[in-house]
Amino acid sequence: MSLITTLARLEAVESGRAQPLTTVRHRHLTGRPLVLVPLATAGEAGAPLGALVGTDREAPRLLAVAQPRDRELRFAFLAELAEAVLPHIESYAGVVEPAERSQIDPETGKKTKVEVELCTDAAQLIVPSRAGIDFVRLLGRSMRFRRTAEDDPDTPYPAPARVPLLGRWLTHYAERARVPGSSLLLATTDLLNRHWATGQSSLEDQHLGALLAWIAPSDGGSGAEAALRAELERDREGQLLCPPAGPATDPAFDNRLLAPAIEAYDRARTALAAAEDGLAADALLAELARAERQIRSLLAKVALPTWDAVWRGLDLLAGLPEGARAEDRWTRDRWSFTAHRDRVLAGEPPQPRRDDAVTAAQKLASREAAQAQLDAQEALDDPLVLAGRRLAGEAFVGEVTGVEMAYSESKRPSPRPLVTVRTDEHPHLGGRTKVYRSLDGKPQTAEFVSGTPAEEGGLLLVLRITDRMGRSKEPAPGSVPEPGDRTVWTLFEHDPRGGPKLPDPEETPWTHGGPPGAAVERAERPDPVTAEDLL
Amino acid sequence: MDKAALATALGSPAAFGQSQFAFMRGNAFEAKVKADGGTELLRLLYERLGGPGEAPHEVRVPDLAAAGPEGRAARTALALREATAAQGWTLLDHPLLALEVAGSPAYLEPDAVVVHPEGTWTVVEIKSFPMIDGSADAAKVGAAARQSAVYVLALERIAAMTEGAEVGHRVLLVCPKDFSNLPTASVVDVRKQRAVTRRQLTRLTRIEDIAATLPEDATFDPGCSPQELHRAVDAVGAAYAPECLAACELAFHCRERSRARGAVEALGRSVRGELGGLTTVGAVLAAAAGKEGDPADPTVAALRRAAALRAEALEGRAVCH
Repeated sequence: MSLITTLARLEAVESGRAQPLTTVRHRHLTGRPLVLVPLATAGEAGAPLGALVGTDREAPRLLAVAQPRDRELRFAFLAELAEAVLPHIESYAGVVEPAERSQIDPETGKKTKVEVELCTDAAQLIVPSRAGIDFVRLLGRSMRFRRTAEDDPDTPYPAPARVPLLGRWLTHYAERARVPGSSLLLATTDLLNRHWATGQSSLEDQHLGALLAWIAPSDGGSGAEAALRAELERDREGQLLCPPAGPATDPAFDNRLLAPAIEAYDRARTALAAAEDGLAADALLAELARAERQIRSLLAKVALPTWDAVWRGLDLLAGLPEGARAEDRWTRDRWSFTAHRDRVLAGEPPQPRRDDAVTAAQKLASREAAQAQLDAQEALDDPLVLAGRRLAGEAFVGEVTGVEMAYSESKRPSPRPLVTVRTDEHPHLGGRTKVYRSLDGKPQTAEFVSGTPAEEGGLLLVLRITDRMGRSKEPAPGSVPEPGDRTVWTLFEHDPRGGPKLPDPEETPWTHGGPPGAAVERAERPDPVTAEDLL
Repeated sequence: MDKAALATALGSPAAFGQSQFAFMRGNAFEAKVKADGGTELLRLLYERLGGPGEAPHEVRVPDLAAAGPEGRAARTALALREATAAQGWTLLDHPLLALEVAGSPAYLEPDAVVVHPEGTWTVVEIKSFPMIDGSADAAKVGAAARQSAVYVLALERIAAMTEGAEVGHRVLLVCPKDFSNLPTASVVDVRKQRAVTRRQLTRLTRIEDIAATLPEDATFDPGCSPQELHRAVDAVGAAYAPECLAACELAFHCRERSRARGAVEALGRSVRGELGGLTTVGAVLAAAAGKEGDPADPTVAALRRAAALRAEALEGRAVCH
């Protein structure tokens, strides 16, 4: 946490309300996000308990598993989830626009432009908390290697038809969520924490209810008090008024309400199985349906407050204007979405359990590049984020006090004007450090020449501008700042590029995971299933 | 002392609890791992740790039942000595170990300890979180490693008095594999955690010393009035940090106190580090606003610059570009 963020937190403590950390929204929000509020069974990996899902805040679809340890019921849940999620994804996958991508021609080795399809928009998935993203990853992992009866007629417990496909999509979304600045799959707590500082620690900020209470207390009173209530207040039955945002449920809910309901369901099922005649079976069937409805209503009761909280969070975020460069990052998300769509269409196998060395290195490099790009873009889009970089000495604002024309010492001299800037800040400048400013949306580069203390306080910095002044001997009009101009300079690049491109897998030496043996397709086998129906 | 009862009496009850689903699954999994006299567990152990000697065929599982914790701890120590002398494979199911913490004995119950034929003792920790594709949640593995390190320390005291015995610094962590209930195991080296715990144990203030600083009439009896309890608890120093919320029953009480004092640590330990000598919210904000503090102090100077930059950006005076 930088000092400026700490200061915002302390201001929040004093005022009792969350304080802004940004002036714009740094993540793209689509007009129609799919919100998913998952619930999981305590202690069982990847055993969903239920979920609320949908794009309409007034009409969430409730999915429930009456007995999470029953494989059939879990499969039914996953099939329903696939029916809720996949049509949403597919509605975006079909709408495309032509785009160009540069590709290296395998024969000539030259870069050529190829015409490809790019989805005009991508499906956005919103979960309540970071644990929700992990659960999406876990669900994806548990589903993508499943075999359906069509894949393999002999498979002992075939999965419903579209479940493996959903697993692949959820895996892709969860993987993409690890790329800094991406917006395909977002956690509401992360979104809110990026834009507001509360008066509590970052650990406590993971509680969606408390976080919202700090930002927009429902009664308009103190955020601190509302947050405390959201965290701890329980009703007469000992149930939290603001249930945890999941996927884990409150132990008190599990023990006092859910466990008896599941027990009643099990009893009704056993009784039904033992029924001897049709008349008795009808009555028992009604009993079973009643037990199932009871579980559904319990799950709805704990998931609905979170559902509402997610939408309230989205409302708050929609109130901020979107940062200018967020759209650029969303375009990258669209490319990622389109690429996965193409992989699925091409019939490629599901993502492997573990990335091979080459893929892992590539992912790491691209995430590092995305992080650098995100840091630069957020600072350029938002004076408040820039303030943090200015405090850290990575950017500065100053007034131009003088411009002196100079030229490079080459056969054809080009303009290299020396600009003197007065600033009160303390940028970390050393010999010929490059600094950048934005000129009509494009970065202009200058070199640091010298710095001297100014008479009226602050520093006088001499910078030599080196590009974007046109081809003629005199700089193009408007390309050199004039005395009196207030200029913003950064020490970081505006459009940082990653390091050099990594070699292709075939060119990678064996010490780095390349051939020999790399070309051998490691076919991923489905997870072994156990006969007994316990997880 | 029952801290949970004390916290409730103070009016800030702890929010801990375990879901019975997790509890049942944990027990069922442990029972499955230890079934058949520990055959499967020993197979996993031998597979992961190897070692001299043959794969375990016969495993002795001594009865460790005895009256009271002292009795059980003594019975465990005896069983460990016998097993080491017997030079065979022995599985101790839920042994009880004694460890002196801050001058008073604490009893610990590992899931299992295995004695190898050559005299090595290995701690086995059975957890019900899954190991998916060979990796598990790092935070949970870390917690399990710290827990096992304490068992290793407690075992070392007994091993020091046993001829031919040595406590392995590699513990066996057994978890469900992927999404199944089949066990899989991984070896965790706990030397680092053991060193940290050992150091912390020697640094702990002895309970008698803490008691000596308390007023004569201090009481932690949850039956007493909240005022008395508040006085007694406040007499004991507490360094609250948000991490306490996950570990201590009294954390909500300490947090309330810490917030009331305006301590900056309530926002996180790192915050304290950034703010140098300024320890309260009021002092930091006054320094940032230029009302208090020495401008020559680098923290104060940085705070003022931060406040000025923040205010400027929020007012929208920064140039758009």
